Amino acid sequence: MPETKKENHITEVIENVKVSEGVWHITVKAPKLAQAAKPGQFVQVLVEGAGLLLRRPLGIAGADAEQGTVELFYRVLGKGTAKLTGYRAGDSLSILGPLGHGFDTSAGNVLIVGGGMGLAPTKFLAERLEHCEALLGGRNAGELFWTKYYEPATEAMHITTDDGSMGTKGFTVAVLPELLATGKYDRVAVCGPEIMMKKTFEICREQGVPCEVSLEKRMACGLGACLSCNIDSTDGRRLHVCQDGPVFRGEEVFA
Amino acid sequence: MTYDPRLAVDICGIHMNTPIITASGTFGFGEEFADFVDLERLGGVMVKGTTLLPRRGNEGVRIAETPAGMLNCIGLENPGAEVFLKETLPRLKKYNMNVIVNISGSTTEDYGTLAEMLDVDGVAAIELNVSCPNVKEGGIVFGTDPVAASAVVRAAKAHTKKPVILKLSPNVTDIVMMAKAVEEAGADAVSLINTLMGMAIDIRTKKPVLGNITGGLSGPCVKPVALRMVWQVAKAVKIPVLGMGGISTAEDAIEFLLAGASAVVVGTANFVDPSVTMTIADGIAAYLDEQKVAHVNELVGALQA
Repeated sequence: MPETKKENHITEVIENVKVSEGVWHITVKAPKLAQAAKPGQFVQVLVEGAGLLLRRPLGIAGADAEQGTVELFYRVLGKGTAKLTGYRAGDSLSILGPLGHGFDTSAGNVLIVGGGMGLAPTKFLAERLEHCEALLGGRNAGELFWTKYYEPATEAMHITTDDGSMGTKGFTVAVLPELLATGKYDRVAVCGPEIMMKKTFEICREQGVPCEVSLEKRMACGLGACLSCNIDSTDGRRLHVCQDGPVFRGEEVFA
Repeated sequence: MTYDPRLAVDICGIHMNTPIITASGTFGFGEEFADFVDLERLGGVMVKGTTLLPRRGNEGVRIAETPAGMLNCIGLENPGAEVFLKETLPRLKKYNMNVIVNISGSTTEDYGTLAEMLDVDGVAAIELNVSCPNVKEGGIVFGTDPVAASAVVRAAKAHTKKPVILKLSPNVTDIVMMAKAVEEAGADAVSLINTLMGMAIDIRTKKPVLGNITGGLSGPCVKPVALRMVWQVAKAVKIPVLGMGGISTAEDAIEFLLAGASAVVVGTANFVDPSVTMTIADGIAAYLDEQKVAHVNELVGALQA
């Protein structure tokens, strides 16, 4: 598979709205990026503001090649993301990408597992897969605003919340063994808190189901140059999330 | 390719199509930026710091953003000189760029050994990193002691025919004294500044942000300090000065040239805009037009003070 050319896209903001407490959804016009983007890949967004320097890495949450639009979600965590909430329709936003390697999108029935902001890149995956179901987890019903995006893209949704306000009460991975035991999934794709991904991978391994994980790390460039997003592979190699990932086979990174 | 002859310079016998070099540790081996930059148009690429043996670098958080800058404590993660020579260097041939290898040693002898290993076709020059603030052994000692730094220069010079550039640390009391010492020891050029040692604290956890506690500060916030040091050093030495520290625009680059740098080195800005070096080259050309200056060399040290 030839690597797509990395490029800096000067995009136009179409919409930038708050979708939940502290979580925003931004849609930009970026025809070339929309063409090239694959689920699991990410972009580096340049938020301009006093004192801000580096770009912000965000997973691509959707790409419509026909409309020429790309979607991203972000949680307001610091100065950069707070500043990003101020971008309005018509504003220009510099976006570098697509970067990294994405999920396996070949045929098969996929179970997507995700929690928190991890549900952004897997939303794009759900939209590109022929057959998939989703296991979505959150602390409470309010955090699961994601269901409206997953419902049209999946054949079934399985939901857990820590407080039982929606779906099954308990941790997301608690219902995973039961789901996998049905034998109907060819593989699993997970993105969420690291502990959730590790647990998901372990359960998949026990049941012999291949599992892809999407990792997140602080990074400066996203191009393999700054070497800040290092992780160790299970066979002792130094890998870099931006170039070798962000999507890895579970066994590459979790022992 | 033919390039604007007004920007072409000769530094230590190396022909450079522009006086714009990329800094070690900010540009990989150059190839990572091939989608964004005409690598041949650059004056050179100072490749990621290379050591005798492979290094895994530091554990924990390696970068932190700071106001108009960033801290890093990568810790010289690199595949080692042998892998660089066998795998990386042959791959870089097709780009037709000046490959300047930045080397780091734990002992003075290491620098000699590395210089000899790298005395091969495809390497344009050697840059001695004697000022990495992020490794425990060696590093900073060589960079802050004029006797130790001079010994490193002699060790390298004795084992290579390539030009030897010494990268100066700003974390010293008197950078001019350091520059003069290494010039006398035979350095063909000096590059400055390396990062300024700094730190950041997470007040919620009351812990340092960086895994290594301290790290090197770079980016626009260090530019005035770097510019001052380049100006001081350029006045004091006869060898070429390669100026770096926070250069992000053509205007920044021109300031360094006026202060006496024969060429400029761009670092952190590559992380923000991977094609920034091309924008800087275009901007310098436009400045030559505007100022009716025939050649970029005429700007070097043209500060009227």
